[in-house]
Amino acid sequence: MTASSMESGIREAAIRPVLRGGWRWWAIFALLTVIISVGGVAYAYQLKDGLAVTGLDQRTSWGFYISNLIFFMGISYGAAIASAVMRLTDVPWRRGLTRMLESIALAAALAGALFPVIDLGRPERGWYLFRYGQIGSPVVWDVIVVTNYLVALILFLYLPLIPDFAYCRDQLGDRLGRVRRVSYRALALGWSGQPGQRKVLRQGITVMSILIIPVAMAVPSVLAWLFSVTVRPGWNSTIFAPYFVLGAVFSGVAALVIIMAVIRKAYHLESIITEQHFRMLGYGLIALAGAYLYFMISEYVTEGYKMTGETGSQLELLMTGDLAWVFWLFVVGGVLLPMATIAIPLTRNILGITVASIAIVLGMFVKRFLIVVPGLAESVLPTDVLKAYEPTWVEVAITLAAAAAIPWLLMIFFRLFPVISIHEFEAAHPDGPPPSAVAGVTGGK
Amino acid sequence: MKGQTGGDASAPAWSRRRLLGGIGAAAGMAAASIIPLTQIPVAESQGAAGQAPAKSGARQWAFVIDMRRCDGCLYCTKACQKEHFLPKDHEWIKVFEIKDRQGRKSYMPRLCMMCENPPCLKVCPTAATFKNPEGVVLVDQSKCIGCRMCMAACPYEARYFNYKDPIKPPSPFDNPMPEFPVPQQKGTVGKCILCVHNADKGKLPFCVDACTMDALYVVDLNSDVMTNGSGETYVFSKYIYDNDAYRYKEELNTSPRVWYVAGHGQALDF
Repeated sequence: MTASSMESGIREAAIRPVLRGGWRWWAIFALLTVIISVGGVAYAYQLKDGLAVTGLDQRTSWGFYISNLIFFMGISYGAAIASAVMRLTDVPWRRGLTRMLESIALAAALAGALFPVIDLGRPERGWYLFRYGQIGSPVVWDVIVVTNYLVALILFLYLPLIPDFAYCRDQLGDRLGRVRRVSYRALALGWSGQPGQRKVLRQGITVMSILIIPVAMAVPSVLAWLFSVTVRPGWNSTIFAPYFVLGAVFSGVAALVIIMAVIRKAYHLESIITEQHFRMLGYGLIALAGAYLYFMISEYVTEGYKMTGETGSQLELLMTGDLAWVFWLFVVGGVLLPMATIAIPLTRNILGITVASIAIVLGMFVKRFLIVVPGLAESVLPTDVLKAYEPTWVEVAITLAAAAAIPWLLMIFFRLFPVISIHEFEAAHPDGPPPSAVAGVTGGK
Repeated sequence: MKGQTGGDASAPAWSRRRLLGGIGAAAGMAAASIIPLTQIPVAESQGAAGQAPAKSGARQWAFVIDMRRCDGCLYCTKACQKEHFLPKDHEWIKVFEIKDRQGRKSYMPRLCMMCENPPCLKVCPTAATFKNPEGVVLVDQSKCIGCRMCMAACPYEARYFNYKDPIKPPSPFDNPMPEFPVPQQKGTVGKCILCVHNADKGKLPFCVDACTMDALYVVDLNSDVMTNGSGETYVFSKYIYDNDAYRYKEELNTSPRVWYVAGHGQALDF
């Protein structure tokens, strides 16, 4: 197999989904649209009747929406940081993954960024955050870092896309509608693949890869401070910001594994995304799980040793009390078992690592809930009454809609641009022909 | 030495670094000017008893609760809810039952502590929570966006969110304002206002008026006077000294303005 024929194979595989969907694509897309619509109806109901339709009350005033915010945004910056680190360390097997990671980052950020608005009692007053914004409030810090992050993320995704847009412009011209032709032409920014352009692009991508790390880390850190600037038991912690960052990368990489497994099958990319990719990410997940355990242990050991007042009873609630089953389910099912599954050679295959990743993502969802809700559910006043919070169908429907929005957005993204960065594969073969020299390799079925 | 251009007279007047620094500073100032300075809440009076008032003639309101007298009848809670048209789950003054080691009960009413360093005010993103010149922490419900950050921040759980449509007062002339937020606004946070609307009319807060045990006192720190519903009046600084009054969760540095006198003999294990 010559270099150029391998490249054309990659191009064909990467570009095929852009050209046509097929009935399976439409069926899944329709299903996801229905789930999202149900969430939309639920939100309309909430707009009409207010937050009374949720399971929230005077004690537990933050619930599913806030834990979803942490969860979905966590997946987003986890994916963004993973992509940036892979680019900067230039690991050779990253080339098939970075586009996917950056797309996941954007899709999850768009889904997650809705939750603060959904959680507002008066969403129509959201713009007051700009009108009356009070810089001392962690909520305003959040608005600043999330906005900043979204802008950086779009740039981070867009820069490596420029040559691929040019490829679509040059190679698919006559097979596309007018709108897409014009759009690709505009988005390609006159890319012709000359050395000067390549150099500038390479520098731009490197700068964005460096910048996106602190910009993304700012988001979970500030989200963590929403909690740790208060004196609530379980929240009043100095470790929260790095704890949230680590949890984000952990769940982000696990989400990548799941989406990678789906895309590999759905888009027939078996030759590009190999078991090697899953194994490497699996090793990464073991390291991240170990680091997360380390953070948990150092938090709980130091607090559990003292067992001071409210923090002590909060720990009892988690470890031996009403919520113990949820907590231990997370520790065993969401961390230890996935670690073992990846560590044991027998299950260290695509299926095993994917199943472990699903457990990790679900586990991290539960963990976020265990961070937000128990800190509020237990009163800090002289009363023993523990108010149980249970989400209503409205909250569940909106959560499912957000979860469905991620694959839904990804399906749209990969109709608009190639799922694998053609440009990055070319970079591995600098002597290969420029895109315009290879004509008619797109071969849709 | 390279890189040290700070004190070097031969360095160009506008090196790139200085120019960039200048642009950065200008951008920072521009960003800062977007935030209206008037919106940044300033603690109006950090002073405790005896200090000059922030505003000429202004009172500095505070509260004393004598738990030796409270019998947990909840008249205060009921009066507050009736007069402010609040639903059952909005207990601006809430009475907690405390049991000592022998199982004997005592009661601890909790209202807004009117902290001089209020955590709720610091975290409010739109400065809807503010402190009036008389030291009363209030909520401008027409500015509240309902994020409920203040509820998480308040160490006394003294804030209540309007999940449902508020109860409408019968009068069609209602004019809700921070000093008298009736009716409450759906989707916003409400809390005890120490009945500042009554103070201007020379009346006591509704809870103080309703307390048949005379356990609640309203205090003006400026004149150092406290009084309850029956007109029992004491010199505040002497009273809290003589009765070993304390403030709840004082160690959090919130400087609450509610003083408690502990009940007789209870272990007070909380």
